[in-house]
Amino acid sequence: MKKDIILAGVGGQGILTIATVIGMAALHEGLQLKQAEVHGMSQRGGDVQSNLRISSKDIASDLIPEGKADLIVSVEPMESLRYVNMLNRKEGWLITSMNPFVNIPNYPPIEDVLKTIWEVPRNVTIDAEKVAKEQGSIKAANIVALGAASPYLGLKFESLEFAIRTIFAKKGEDMINLNLKALLAGKNYAVKRT
Amino acid sequence: MQKLLLLLGDEAIAQGAIDAGISGVYAYPGTPSTEITEYIQASKDAKELNIRSSWSANEKTAMESAIGMSYAGKKSLVCMKHVGLNVAADAFINSAITGANGGLVVLSADDPSMHSSQNEQDSRFYGKFSLIPVMEPSNQQEAYDMTRYAFELSEKFGTPVLIRVTTRLAHSRAGVERKEIIEQNQIKLPSNLKQFILLPSIARKQYDILLSKQSEFENDAFKSGYNELIKGTDNSIGIIACGLAYNYLEENRHDNEINYPILKVGQYPIPTKMVNKLYESCDEILVLEDGYPIIEELLRGLLNKGKKINGRMNGSIPAAGELNPNIVAKALKLNIEDGHPKPEIVQGRPPSLCEGCSHTDTFTALNEAMLDYSPGRVFSDIGCYTLSALAPLESINSCVDMGASITMAIGAADAGLIPSVAAIGDSTFTHSGITGLLDAVNTKSPITVIINDNSTTGMTGGQDSSALGRVEDICRGVGVEEDHIRVIKPLRRFHDENLAIIKEELEYNGVSVVVAKRECIQTLGRRMKLKAQNKRTNKSV
Repeated sequence: MKKDIILAGVGGQGILTIATVIGMAALHEGLQLKQAEVHGMSQRGGDVQSNLRISSKDIASDLIPEGKADLIVSVEPMESLRYVNMLNRKEGWLITSMNPFVNIPNYPPIEDVLKTIWEVPRNVTIDAEKVAKEQGSIKAANIVALGAASPYLGLKFESLEFAIRTIFAKKGEDMINLNLKALLAGKNYAVKRT
Repeated sequence: MQKLLLLLGDEAIAQGAIDAGISGVYAYPGTPSTEITEYIQASKDAKELNIRSSWSANEKTAMESAIGMSYAGKKSLVCMKHVGLNVAADAFINSAITGANGGLVVLSADDPSMHSSQNEQDSRFYGKFSLIPVMEPSNQQEAYDMTRYAFELSEKFGTPVLIRVTTRLAHSRAGVERKEIIEQNQIKLPSNLKQFILLPSIARKQYDILLSKQSEFENDAFKSGYNELIKGTDNSIGIIACGLAYNYLEENRHDNEINYPILKVGQYPIPTKMVNKLYESCDEILVLEDGYPIIEELLRGLLNKGKKINGRMNGSIPAAGELNPNIVAKALKLNIEDGHPKPEIVQGRPPSLCEGCSHTDTFTALNEAMLDYSPGRVFSDIGCYTLSALAPLESINSCVDMGASITMAIGAADAGLIPSVAAIGDSTFTHSGITGLLDAVNTKSPITVIINDNSTTGMTGGQDSSALGRVEDICRGVGVEEDHIRVIKPLRRFHDENLAIIKEELEYNGVSVVVAKRECIQTLGRRMKLKAQNKRTNKSV
């Protein structure tokens, strides 16, 4: 088992939380893990990404080689395209939220962004904010996106649920339930769609 | 099996230092080194062991405090980003001459590709320059193990030891296995109480001692196991892979048949015997090192008359930027999987000031005030407010090094650019701005200094600022006239009065300081959240 995952978004959108959930789920299944994060200057509203590698064998590089990522999971549509060069052309999946985060004056028309995404073979797009809202709070949009990616991660869904329970434990039962519901709703959407 | 800890490279170093028995860590925050000290500050073990860990005013004070702890016989760690080592360099270089008493380990985190920095200088040069051993881990476990080993080495040879990491390792997580905790040292002064007095007569003796240790340093690097010759069957190329570069080589070895002999390097000075063995057995050499071509240059020499040496200097590897698996693959002439081409629709998304940031209001007012003068007069510094260089604000004209705003404004004013303005943060001001302000006061320089006081070290994530609540007092103490220390609250609703104050001070023919005071909205947000959380928990109890 080996999955190379690029997580993408804008600083502050919660991609490190997604990384932490996947990471804990992977450890729960006894897998090896390497996760390169972005800290510092870029966190201030700039584009951020994380290279997350999970495997049943030893992992050498902290960075995923270009053209070899199995998955791009993004919480922002234009950001999902920024790293499309990393994606494996033959088998890679691109899973992204459809909700644009517009903090630059030259953000392209969202229809054009989505059209470009839909041209990538093997893509899943999800209105993560709408789905999250239906589950109780727009704040869980990142976990909805994770849910939509969950069928492609090669991890048991229960492991992801376990990770959410552990990671959100400090934040109380309400937060745990919200995120568990968001995870499931994201997954159901992706399964129904494909 | 013991449960692995999932740690960033930085955190592995911190845990390694705690377990090596340090009595203190000294540091000034700087990406990518900040998380080391933060980890120790948050560590329950460190608290129980009474390890001191508060932030220092700058890297030089941090380095000197660490030397002091070493003098007293205890183990200390000092951490900084690569450019911080420039600030600490005076103390650092001379600590090699004094030598260490208690274990003294200096951690410098380099930032090739300049993810969050002004240059990509390679700290290994500092190790060579100061003639001390350098450790360069290739993964998180080595980061932990080498930190422990660095303290052992430091005490064995009575020398400071440098650990060099790069951003990728500092900010990447993997499983790390902990080992037993070594006890802290008791106070024990050096047997020679003159060892740390670098008067020329003593410094000469100490320098001789340092020189005499060089062969032992190299011999240790030969024996420690951190440099390793890995045999191969194809001798057309011999590969030297330093630190993290070894992982990128390994990555390619997983997918391809690569049977070249390899010298994996993790400890310097690099053992000549090992290099010679590789060199003699192979047709040509490929050097893989993140940062500058330090080993490559040594091997080529000035005349480059030996075997072909491939690396950054002959274009096998790009001259600038960090390595990655595909750069290494290309240097090995392996086939590379092409990804999808990057669509043109993707626009750049540079970092920006947060919504509601005080700096936006300050620079909006400053921009308007500067309309009365010709452009190009605002010297700035290093912090979040450097982002005011970008659209839409485009307020500043320089960012060189910590503290340079004030001193560059002095020089420009001396040259006749009057008024000249400096824009500096509260933490940067105490790091390296105060002495510059003193220069300005002493020469009655016609400059206006805007101190963006957001009560924190914002850019690195909100660490305590040494100037907390004392910026005006410091300015007063340095000798700025009371009438020209003005405090404004950067909020949109105060724009007109803030603008008037800045304009007045720009017209003053002497040193004036405008303190723009409002808490960082990130730290404010976190504080409010915590408050609400505490309220909730208290209620439920």
